[in-house]
Amino acid sequence: MAAGSWGTVVWRDALLVAGKDLRIELRARVTITQVAPLGVLILVVFAFAFNANAVLLAQGAAGLYWVAVMFGAVLVIQRAFDVESDDGNQDALRLSGFHPGSIFLGKAMALAVQLLVLQTVLWVGLVVFFDVGVADWPLLGCAGLAGTSTIAVCGTLYGALAAGVSVRDTLLPLLLLPVLAPALLAGTRAFEAATGVTTDAGWNWTGLLFVMTAVYTVAGLAAFGPLVEDG
Amino acid sequence: MTCVIGFEGAVALMGRFPALAGADLMVSAGERVLLQGPNGAGKTSLLRAVAGLLPVVAGTAEVLGQDLRADRRGVRRHVGMLGHDNHLYADLWVRDHMRFRAAAVGADAQEVARAMELVELPSRLWRVPTRRLSAGQRRRVALAALVVRRPRLWLLDEPHAGLDARGRDVLDNLLLEASSAGATVVFASHEVERAQAVADRVVDLGGGRVVGDRRVA
Repeated sequence: MAAGSWGTVVWRDALLVAGKDLRIELRARVTITQVAPLGVLILVVFAFAFNANAVLLAQGAAGLYWVAVMFGAVLVIQRAFDVESDDGNQDALRLSGFHPGSIFLGKAMALAVQLLVLQTVLWVGLVVFFDVGVADWPLLGCAGLAGTSTIAVCGTLYGALAAGVSVRDTLLPLLLLPVLAPALLAGTRAFEAATGVTTDAGWNWTGLLFVMTAVYTVAGLAAFGPLVEDG
Repeated sequence: MTCVIGFEGAVALMGRFPALAGADLMVSAGERVLLQGPNGAGKTSLLRAVAGLLPVVAGTAEVLGQDLRADRRGVRRHVGMLGHDNHLYADLWVRDHMRFRAAAVGADAQEVARAMELVELPSRLWRVPTRRLSAGQRRRVALAALVVRRPRLWLLDEPHAGLDARGRDVLDNLLLEASSAGATVVFASHEVERAQAVADRVVDLGGGRVVGDRRVA
């Protein structure tokens, strides 16, 4: 098979997997009715914890936003792999003949879309509860996209890693959150620059997020086959 | 006749436990083979090994002319397996589920509709999440997904489970039709009389090995 046609097949199958995952979310609406409200609740709880101190909240808003995104992401990733464990669907996915890379890319794309929805809701929450303004819209958008893609590809890789074990519900956050700590730092610094809290080099931090996305994408494409087979 | 399954001294491990302990099985194209044996005899393990879901670590294991020990993914494309699970996404509508399974193998909407007709699943269930279906209806959706796949080798583990009398007849007809169209059928069932009426060969398993092999009328 020619390299071009192989790539076309991989992307076509990836879109099929992504479409399936998004349709499951569309039918169940877990992200929008459960995960997003939980994220907003985290922001509200932090606002109370800081005694509604406007200065403190504005300074910490970017960090709190990414913390809320990451906790929400753990739930979304967990669910993305739970649906594959139910009713022997992992066997069906193996028997489908999809290239493991297609499954990895498809699940990562579906996760990215759900995380973008989650981030949009959380951003509205941030504006409403923390009175955050924007100094650099392009930076904000790019940093949001870069953070989303990093969490999506890294989450897909670690979600598959945890999916095969019986204690996956507690194992996934233990594995994923430390690995995502650099992304939390980079996203926070980029958002602080985008919202005018600091004058840090926000684009550098955004670039770092894209580099992390590339690294985890390569790692995911390489490791997903054995993970799916042995899961 | 073309050899579809060629297992010689096949050993497969489930963790550290030998699920297959030197299984020998030769199956030709178009055969309908019933696997029998007590619980733990290795029926499910053999089916999963043939499907490329359980790695064979020793012996010879060829399926549809391909060496399973070298390439399991290549074999899987031509295999349709229905195990104890139905492989259904609980939140998807029946229609969504069938479309996804069909798209994965390049089947079109007409083939989906025909498969749903074959398993006698009424169209009013198309917009129902699969989790709301009865056990028998879920089994029928799983069977329809198998039909859409157009497998050259059907592997079924207790396929009659959950089906009502009419559903069992539908399944038996499906297997006979698939076989007459040139596909090979290997299945395990504890419903001896019904299964033997479909099978043209019975293979007895025990301790992860083939311990008996006979033709039936």
